[in-house]
Amino acid sequence: MRAWTWRRTSDARGAAPAAIAAAVNAALRHPAAKPAAFVLASLPLLHLIWGAWADTLGANPAQALSRGTGDWTLRLLCATLAVTPLREAFGWHALLRLRRMLGLWTFAYALAHLLCYAWLDMGFDAAAIVRDIPKRPFVLVGTLAFVLLLPLAGTSFDRAVRALGGRRWRALHRSVYAIALLAVLHFLWARSAKNDLAEVAVYAAIVALLLGWRLRAALRRQLPAR
Amino acid sequence: MHFLPERGHGRSLAGEITPPALYAQRRRLLAQAAAGIGLIAGLRPPVVAQTQPAGRLPPLPGVRSAVPAAMTMEKPTRWQDVTTYNNFYEFGTDKSDPSRRAGQLKTRPWTVTIDGEVRKPGRWDLDALLKLSPMEERIYRLRCVEGWSMVVPWIGYSLAELIRRVEPTGNARFVQFTTLADSAAMPGLRSSVLDWPYTEALRLDEAMHPLTLLAFGLYGEVLPNQNGAPLRLVVPWKYGFKSAKSIVGIRFVDKQPATSWERAAPQEYGFYSNVNPKVDHPRWSQATERRIGEDGLFAKKRPTLMFNGYEAQVGQLYAGMDLAKDF
Repeated sequence: MRAWTWRRTSDARGAAPAAIAAAVNAALRHPAAKPAAFVLASLPLLHLIWGAWADTLGANPAQALSRGTGDWTLRLLCATLAVTPLREAFGWHALLRLRRMLGLWTFAYALAHLLCYAWLDMGFDAAAIVRDIPKRPFVLVGTLAFVLLLPLAGTSFDRAVRALGGRRWRALHRSVYAIALLAVLHFLWARSAKNDLAEVAVYAAIVALLLGWRLRAALRRQLPAR
Repeated sequence: MHFLPERGHGRSLAGEITPPALYAQRRRLLAQAAAGIGLIAGLRPPVVAQTQPAGRLPPLPGVRSAVPAAMTMEKPTRWQDVTTYNNFYEFGTDKSDPSRRAGQLKTRPWTVTIDGEVRKPGRWDLDALLKLSPMEERIYRLRCVEGWSMVVPWIGYSLAELIRRVEPTGNARFVQFTTLADSAAMPGLRSSVLDWPYTEALRLDEAMHPLTLLAFGLYGEVLPNQNGAPLRLVVPWKYGFKSAKSIVGIRFVDKQPATSWERAAPQEYGFYSNVNPKVDHPRWSQATERRIGEDGLFAKKRPTLMFNGYEAQVGQLYAGMDLAKDF
């Protein structure tokens, strides 16, 4: 039996993570895993839409929607970026099954966030938006991050991956690192009005950890084998 | 000199020429609110209950103010929004923090120290201040520097009433307000968002203007803690942060004092901070505003009025000044 084999062949420190990894991978390979993740990722958006309809978003619902969609864009971006480190550090390889969906949900929340700005804040008034952007550079940074997300969302389906070829597809999708940095900068700049950066620091630390892990892995690969 | 605000004056003036019958109707409603909230609370339909105070605070009725422009006919923002959407950083920087966290604030006993360039300095007990002048109700527009606005029915009297009693000397040119910084009751003081205590200041002629209100209540009740209890300033033609909350000290000085926001970001927040749609905040436009609870989610923001619509009353205070420089 597998369990028996682990006990006999693994050392004490390796047993628990291996068992956890096996359980995590088994759960992720369950047919219900993807639909469950989809529903889970949609809940914050549904909650916000419900709140807007039922008027439970407080005194300034436009701001609540804008903040809510922005927060969840960042959270899903972090979740997407966590897939590779978690796979390699803990052996949770089946997480790969969810990565595309997480990336597309990031895009969906980013799109909702952009709509909140352009519609609720600016009333789709192009002239007002053009005047507003130089006033608020963080809007520009956020828009830039969104524009960079477009080709990633547009090349997310299998045919695009085949058409581009794996190497080029991966190179293109590495722009997500720049997007993550722009997203944190956008959040930092937006919040600097409040002089209260504790929340920004949390996201900055998570993004730094996730990108730092990749940098370390890349540097290790560069080093000549001993 | 401009007597009409340049933008959107139709709305604000229409309010001031509304027929007396409508005033009377409004008065009856507010009188009800001020007089017997507790008694009639059970009889009111739920929608009214949301827009009116819950009746948990002591009533503080006021007579209708006779000060010009003190009674806008714009629809007051519902009580629930006025008391849950607040900037009061001593309790946290989120809008919902003050209403959730201001419960520990002790508003009795309360004294206000008045000193500096006055002939009658001293410590004023809250009860003495409450009795100093008849309470008036005033319905003011409130424009936050962040780009949103409300309409609030305050209770109080002109700060000028108090200033006259303490007799400023000839050297008094500015009035500085110091607010409470009690770390036991104010969890926001743990963060270094601003230098505590929060201070604000006005030029003496601004402080003496009849529209400058020393407020003790809103919606016919004493101020909820999160709105700056037990007494606060309300300067309706300036951005909201100028209206210092939970005041413990008033000092008359000869030199322009630095204010908390000026010290924190001098390039963004000036001493005057008059509402001005033509002078943008360095990081956002001040041309429009969102009226809380009034403008629908998909409605366009409304234009911001010069001096928040009080230009006819206060414009002369700034005659000859470059308001882009003295922002």
